[in-house]
Amino acid sequence: MKLSRDEVLHIARLARLGLTESEVDKMQEQLSHILENFEILQRVDTTDVPPTAQSIPLQNVLRDDEVAESFPPADILNNAPRREGDYFRVRPVLE
Amino acid sequence: MTDRRLTIHEAGKLLKDKQISSVELTRATLERIEQVEPKVHACVTVAGERAMQQAEKADGLLAAGNGHPLTGIPVFIKDNMCTRGILTTCSSRMLENFIPPYDAFVVERLNNCGAVTVGKTNLDEFAMGSSTENSALFTTANPWDLSRVPGGSSGGSAAAVAAGEAVYALGSDTGGSIRQPAGFCGVTGLKPTYGRVSRYGLVAFASSLDQIGPLTQDATDCALVMNTIAGHDPRDSTSAPYPTPDYTQCINGDLKGLKIGIPKEYFVEGMQKEVAAAIRAAIGQLEQLGAGVDWEVSLPSTPYALAVYYIIAPSEASANLARYDGVKYGFSYADTDNMWEALEKTRQHGFGAEVKRRIMLGTYALSAGYYDAYYLKAQKVRTLIRQEFDRAFEKYDALLTPTSPTVPFKIGEKTDDPLQMYLSDVCTLPINIAGVPAISIPAGFADGLPVGMQIIGKPFGEETILKVAHAYQQSTDWHKRKPEI
Repeated sequence: MKLSRDEVLHIARLARLGLTESEVDKMQEQLSHILENFEILQRVDTTDVPPTAQSIPLQNVLRDDEVAESFPPADILNNAPRREGDYFRVRPVLE
Repeated sequence: MTDRRLTIHEAGKLLKDKQISSVELTRATLERIEQVEPKVHACVTVAGERAMQQAEKADGLLAAGNGHPLTGIPVFIKDNMCTRGILTTCSSRMLENFIPPYDAFVVERLNNCGAVTVGKTNLDEFAMGSSTENSALFTTANPWDLSRVPGGSSGGSAAAVAAGEAVYALGSDTGGSIRQPAGFCGVTGLKPTYGRVSRYGLVAFASSLDQIGPLTQDATDCALVMNTIAGHDPRDSTSAPYPTPDYTQCINGDLKGLKIGIPKEYFVEGMQKEVAAAIRAAIGQLEQLGAGVDWEVSLPSTPYALAVYYIIAPSEASANLARYDGVKYGFSYADTDNMWEALEKTRQHGFGAEVKRRIMLGTYALSAGYYDAYYLKAQKVRTLIRQEFDRAFEKYDALLTPTSPTVPFKIGEKTDDPLQMYLSDVCTLPINIAGVPAISIPAGFADGLPVGMQIIGKPFGEETILKVAHAYQQSTDWHKRKPEI
């Protein structure tokens, strides 16, 4: 399983992950090598085996929708990389 | 007082008997940190002033007779658990300046019983790694040999406990991240059953595998910490709504009639001879203590666990780490006005090499056309692995394996080959895939370096593995040996 350079760039775009030229080369080589090792799973017969998402038998854990105190805006905004007053500042989405 | 190797139960007794105060114990701990930290590099943040305030409060609780077994005792928290008002970096550039507005569930529990948080420990970035070499901040050294890794990802927590920088620490374990460093540093580390300890406030890596647990100096201390951190929390929807036992009550008693299985697949090819020999000797010791040992147990899907893990964990990670967009918190690339460029550059500069590798792997495994072949296939093989554990536990009370195939490796030895690094977790990964509990305890030395033994239990069967660990530690002194540093 050899990944092409275009495939690497496609995945990086899906993940919104910027990569330098040399990172793309390295990813191509390393991911291909790792994926080759994953092929071992194709040997396992999983006919009629259900998938496991997590290991304890809990489903649809619900709770009442209760009114509770929110975090103070200052605590949240203190971590904002860019802010304007009590708002997060973002870049234009539609131009 | 200057005995830096107090266990929780020893320190607790001294505090209760008024032979020391928490202020004295905390001050001595902070001095110890100052003394060894230049060599070990276990801590990202030392919260000295705050710790002293907590110690004063703890002394008040103790004086009023409102003490708890953890009151006034210094603890380190792995730096991927949120601590209100204290930096929580995940050892990543992405969160270098992140100050959480809330405490993780486990931190809340510790605070409520008057524990003294002395600081936050180093890890592989976002807990992805086996050596702390993936930390974007610095690499932690193994206190037994400073040229070697402490293991990972909870390497800072394990090294801090081994070096006497705190009485105990909390770590998190997604594929071995508590047990492997515990083994490498000669301390005791427990990964509870998935769902036993709330993940609320633990920065998410792989949500179906992550679990918080203690790193301590013996099994009794593990039981004491579990009594505090285990239990249901409605803020984690996978938190188990089952009652918790008093873990300190179940660790006593002999091993007569207990059935222990040794899965042969865990004595893998490439395992260091001395490690296998130490584990065989430790198993012999358990036989002496009355346990019945079956050496011929087989868990045939074990060889597939590595691939299953490295599909499921990166897939979940790629989804979890999508939140780092440089808008609400964390690192943000400043030098552009284009939204998409800002997003891509933020993630390019904020994440290190291993995190990027796993985001790429996970995104690939989940992408259109590959989902069935990778992610769904891995989830199905996960079912088979779990079923094999369930069947084994119909016959055995516990399973026993080495924690790692080798002793701690040299810093730099495996950084160029991700697959070689992944193989160091080959004995611990299947346990997270199955969601069962396991503890690593010191079981001897090879080449002068600690060897860890892994004891695996039934789902929610922490009592049994703590009992086996405790019985072993009552009859051996490996866990009492400490590195000279």
